[in-house]
Amino acid sequence: MRWLQTALRALFDWADRLASAAFARENPLALLGALGWFFFWIVTVSGIYLYIFFDSGVTQAYASVEELTHAQWYAGGIMRSLHRYASDAMVVVLLLHVAREFAHDRLNGARWFTWFTGVPLVWLLFAAGVSGYWVVWDRFAQYVALATTEWLDTLPFFGESIARNFLHQDALSGRFFSLLVFIHIAVPLFLLFGMWIHIQRLNQPAVNPPRRLALSLLAALVVLSLVAPAESQGPANLDEVVTRVGLDWFYFGVYPLQDIYPGAGLWAALALATLVLLVMPWLVPARRRHIAQVHLEGCNGCARCAADCPYSAITMAPRMDGASFDREARVDAARCTGCGICVGACPTATPLARRSAVRPGIELESLAVAQLRDQTLAATAALTGDARILIYACRECGPLRRPQDPALAVIELPCVGALPPSFIDLVLSRRHADGVIVAGCAENDCRERLGVAWTQARLARIRDPWLRLRVDSVRLASLWAGAVTTRHLPAVVTRLRDALASEQPARHGRLDN
Amino acid sequence: MSVPRVCGQFVLLALFAALLDYFSVAPSYAPFPTDQAQIKVSFSRAGAHRGGCRQLTAEELAKLPPNMRAPLDCPRGRLDVVVELDLDDRQVLAATLPPGGLAGDGEATIYRKLRVAPGRHRLAIRMRDSARDAGFDHVAEREVMLEPAQNFVIDFDAAQGGFVFH
Repeated sequence: MRWLQTALRALFDWADRLASAAFARENPLALLGALGWFFFWIVTVSGIYLYIFFDSGVTQAYASVEELTHAQWYAGGIMRSLHRYASDAMVVVLLLHVAREFAHDRLNGARWFTWFTGVPLVWLLFAAGVSGYWVVWDRFAQYVALATTEWLDTLPFFGESIARNFLHQDALSGRFFSLLVFIHIAVPLFLLFGMWIHIQRLNQPAVNPPRRLALSLLAALVVLSLVAPAESQGPANLDEVVTRVGLDWFYFGVYPLQDIYPGAGLWAALALATLVLLVMPWLVPARRRHIAQVHLEGCNGCARCAADCPYSAITMAPRMDGASFDREARVDAARCTGCGICVGACPTATPLARRSAVRPGIELESLAVAQLRDQTLAATAALTGDARILIYACRECGPLRRPQDPALAVIELPCVGALPPSFIDLVLSRRHADGVIVAGCAENDCRERLGVAWTQARLARIRDPWLRLRVDSVRLASLWAGAVTTRHLPAVVTRLRDALASEQPARHGRLDN
Repeated sequence: MSVPRVCGQFVLLALFAALLDYFSVAPSYAPFPTDQAQIKVSFSRAGAHRGGCRQLTAEELAKLPPNMRAPLDCPRGRLDVVVELDLDDRQVLAATLPPGGLAGDGEATIYRKLRVAPGRHRLAIRMRDSARDAGFDHVAEREVMLEPAQNFVIDFDAAQGGFVFH
C-alpha cells in the first residue's frame, strides 16, 4: 500500500503546485471536502427549485422537465443544468478526496472514524444520482431504470422482480414512479446525515470553501449551464429498446460492465472494493502516536487545548485534584493523533520559565517542552555567522534537506501548531538567533488540519496564546509550502536575511541566557 | 491578484467545466444493437401446491376456530413452474423456475431477454404449473412482425386467460 500512497502523493504534489500557482492559498485540491459540501448545497437548492415545477406523474414527468428546460431556460433550464453539473462535480471531488486522504495517509490511527464513515457516502451519492436521472423519464432514464432494476434483480434479497415494473409501456405504475421521486428526495437526506456523521470527530470541519473560490466555481457552473445546458434524450418508450444513450460516466461508469459481467459478479466486485475501502485504515499501518498527556499540576483549565484540538480529542471535565480551578483537560486517547497542537495552545508551555518549572499542563511524550527548549538552545548555540536563523519545520511536510549553511539550524515538529509562540520569543528576544522561520504544510492543507491556521493566528496575535508584542516581526518569517518546502526555503532565508540586514547592526548581537 | 494568476484560474476552471460537460453525456454507449429486436419473457406464477390439497371433513372443520375454517388443507411448498418458448419451431428457451420464498411457497418468476432478428416470426410458448407429468397447462402461439429495436413482451395473466403479448 505504501508504494501506492507514495505514487499518488507525488501526483497530488504535482497537481498542488499547478493549482497553487493559480489559486494560491485557495488551492481547490486542498479543499475537496469543503467543495463536496458546496456542491451538495448547489444540488439541494437547484433541486428544490426543480421540484416546485416538476410533475411526478409518470406521463407528465418528461413534459414538465422539458417545460423547465426550454420554456423556462433562463431559470429552470439553468437550475436543471446546475443540478446535473454540481452532482457530477460532487463525484469528482469525492473521488479526489478519497484518493488524496489516502495519499496523505490521513486515514488510520485516530482518523479511522472519518475515513470509515466516508465510505458509505460513495454509495449514497451513487444512489442519489441514479434516482435523479430516473425521474426525468427520458430515454436515458429508461436505460438507467432497466439496467438498475435488472442489476438489483441479480441480488437474492428481492422476492419479486423489480425490473417487471418496467416491462412495457402500459406496465409502468404511477405509484411506483412516485416512489422513485420519494427515493430521490430521501437518499440525499440520508447522504446529508452521513456527511454530518462523517465530520463529527473533527473540530471546526471545513464545510465552506473560501468565498472567492466558491463564487468562481459557481460562476463556472452557471456559464457551463448556459453554454451546454443539460437536456433530455427523448421521451422514454418501454416498447422500444434503448440502442444508444449519452452516458453520464461520473455516475454510470460501471453500468457497461453489467453487459460484460452479467449477474452478481459486478456486485461482488463492488462489494469487495467497498470492503477494502472500509478496512483500509487497518491495512495501512498507522505510525506510532504519542498521545498528549495532561499534567494537572500545570493545567489551569483554560480550555485552549480543547478549543484548538483538530480532532475534538480533548474535553474539559470538572476538576478532580482539589486545585482551585474549575476544570481540567482530559484527552481521549482513541481520538488523539499526537499532533501536539494542544501543546502549542497551552499558555503554560513556555520555555521562558525557570528550567525546573518547564512542565506545562499538556504535552507529548515525544515533545516535552523542556526537551524542545534544550533542542532549541543546543541548535542555536551551534549557529555561527551574522544572520543566524532557526527553522521550526513540520515533519509531515516531507523531508526537509538539512542546510549546509552554519548559520541555519532546523528543529522538526510533528506539526508547526505544536510550537508554543513563546519559543519564538525565547529565540529572538534573548538573541539565541537573529531570525526564525516557521515552515509548515500548505495553507488549507495542514496534515493535522488546523496546525497552520492556528499558528498563523497565534503569530498574527489574534489567537491565544499569541506571540508577545516585544518580538520583532521583521525577524520572523513563515513558509507554508508543504511538500515543496525544501525548494522554497532558500528564497525565504534570503528574504529574511535581507530584512535582517536592513536592521540596526547592534540588534544582531547575542545576549546571554 | 496578478493577471497570470487570473488567467491560470480561468484555464483551470474552464478545464473543470469542460470535463463535467463532456463526461456527463459522452462518449455515448450502445447497450443494444440497432439491427436487432428483443423478446422479453417475464411473468410471475405460483405453481400448484406440492403434494396436492385435501378436503377437510366436517368434523375437522368444526374443531377449527370459525375464522380458520378453510375447506382445503394444502401443504405450504409449491411445485416448480416449467416454461418453454419456440421461435420459428426452434426451442430458444426452456426453464424450470423454482418457487420463491425461503419456504418455497412463493411465486416462480422469470425475466429473460432474447435478441432476435427483426421480421416475421412464429412464437409458441408453453407453461406447466401443475403436478402433471407431461404436457403443459398453458399454451399460446402468435405470429409477430418485429421491428428493429422493438421490445416484444410475453407476460402471463391468469385473469386475462393466460399468456399476454405486448
